[in-house]
Amino acid sequence: MPRDALGVLSEIKRSFITKQLKEGKRGDGRGVLDFREASITTNYVPRAAGSAMVQLGKTRVLAGVKIESGEPFPDTPNSGVLTTNVELLPMAFPTFEAGPPNETSIEIARVVDRGIRESKMIDTQKLVIEPGKKVWIVFVDINIMDFDGNLIDACTLAAVSALRTAYIPASKEGGKDMPLPVDQIPVSVTMVKIGDEIVCDPDLEEEQLGSARLTVTTTEDGHIRAMQKGDSGSFTLDEIKKAIKISSDTGAALRKKYFS
Amino acid sequence: MGSESNIKLLDENGIRLDGRTPEQLRPIKIETNVLERADGSAYIEWGGNKIMVAVYGPREGYPKHTQDIEKAVVKARYNMAAFSVDERKRPGPDRRSVEISKVVSEALSSAIMVEQFPRAQIDVFIEVMQADAGTRIAGLTAASVAVASAGIPMRDMVVGCTAGKVEGKVVLDLSKEEDNFGQADLPMAVLSSSKKIVLIQMDGDLSLEEFDQASEMILKATDNIAEIQRNALTSRYSVESIGDGE
Repeated sequence: MPRDALGVLSEIKRSFITKQLKEGKRGDGRGVLDFREASITTNYVPRAAGSAMVQLGKTRVLAGVKIESGEPFPDTPNSGVLTTNVELLPMAFPTFEAGPPNETSIEIARVVDRGIRESKMIDTQKLVIEPGKKVWIVFVDINIMDFDGNLIDACTLAAVSALRTAYIPASKEGGKDMPLPVDQIPVSVTMVKIGDEIVCDPDLEEEQLGSARLTVTTTEDGHIRAMQKGDSGSFTLDEIKKAIKISSDTGAALRKKYFS
Repeated sequence: MGSESNIKLLDENGIRLDGRTPEQLRPIKIETNVLERADGSAYIEWGGNKIMVAVYGPREGYPKHTQDIEKAVVKARYNMAAFSVDERKRPGPDRRSVEISKVVSEALSSAIMVEQFPRAQIDVFIEVMQADAGTRIAGLTAASVAVASAGIPMRDMVVGCTAGKVEGKVVLDLSKEEDNFGQADLPMAVLSSSKKIVLIQMDGDLSLEEFDQASEMILKATDNIAEIQRNALTSRYSVESIGDGE
């Protein structure tokens, strides 16, 4: 993740946050495992097949889904296609630049994609128009509008919300428009390690302070569907196990809060 | 994970397609100092994987805006040859290789004493000549040896392995078929003596118990792989071996 505009977090802030955390407190009054409040506005862009504006604390992302017919991949002729792309808009942060995806946006997109794909949220077998020839291609494009940490979870929330409300424009292929068939709801929970503390849903300052990051995406059955460690720090196996537990508990709460 | 298949990945005795038991590694061979020009290098064969790694640096960070005033920046580049896989791969970086390069760079940064080289960069070129599942971990394991052979100070070696799930059973070191048709893939790398986890990714479907089982299996295996790394370095650089060469 990019450092702040000046490149470094001031020493005063750094020691303040670390000291607060030792007492189990965070800058904005949250507990270490608490998520920021999220607001999700679906159908934000009616022109899209599905969309969601998500505000997670002060992080803001907009996901839009477009569904078009096209050719399947040769190795999966009987299954539709899902592609996920993330764009770090220059408006979101002083050091974000326009241009082709960089390693940060690629990593976010691939982790979000893995969570959706591996949870079997979308039954891609149902997206076949003509076996081997024509299938529905689901494009999930996520724009980062305002960056205050934890883009992976904000993007997963937005993508899942947009997909849940998406419809397949089957009328273009001589059928009837129908809702995109969705099943499981993947929820990703990202944590950072600051000192020896594990903190959920880090804001920008916490993200910059963290030595290592871990994202765990789970489904309703509590199973792990995707994981990704980031940054150059490390975790012990016990910390990872604890983080997985946190993710499945917190994930269940978030699923209930936003998707039921 | 991959698609359904009719291939039976485990027989009734729990033996795998290639004859291995669930906890058995494929054969691994590491050689070091195999390239002339690079500051450090290593070659690894892991099952059917054939991967060459070259290390250049520490050298001045370029372009300048990528420099870090506090430490060296590790720039790993994971690259697959066009002919390394069944279907020709379009040459050059794709999204997958960009992601792998990122997580491998981060893992190596944990081990290298980057704080000793502010404003420098350390380039690690990982060239997959033949791919046979588990390339990122094989590449990272070899990269650690290559960095050591470049004489770059490290606090520990990085060593990794994958585990996964096939036909509902947790197995170590997935083969290509198991990777393609299995239900989960968990690549993991640790610092070899402290066992701190510096790379972990997962995709597929694992319960908490299965994760515990898979991670224990990996940790156990890393001891053996670390031994192979050590042997590669000592057989090339120990006082005796250098003496023999002269």
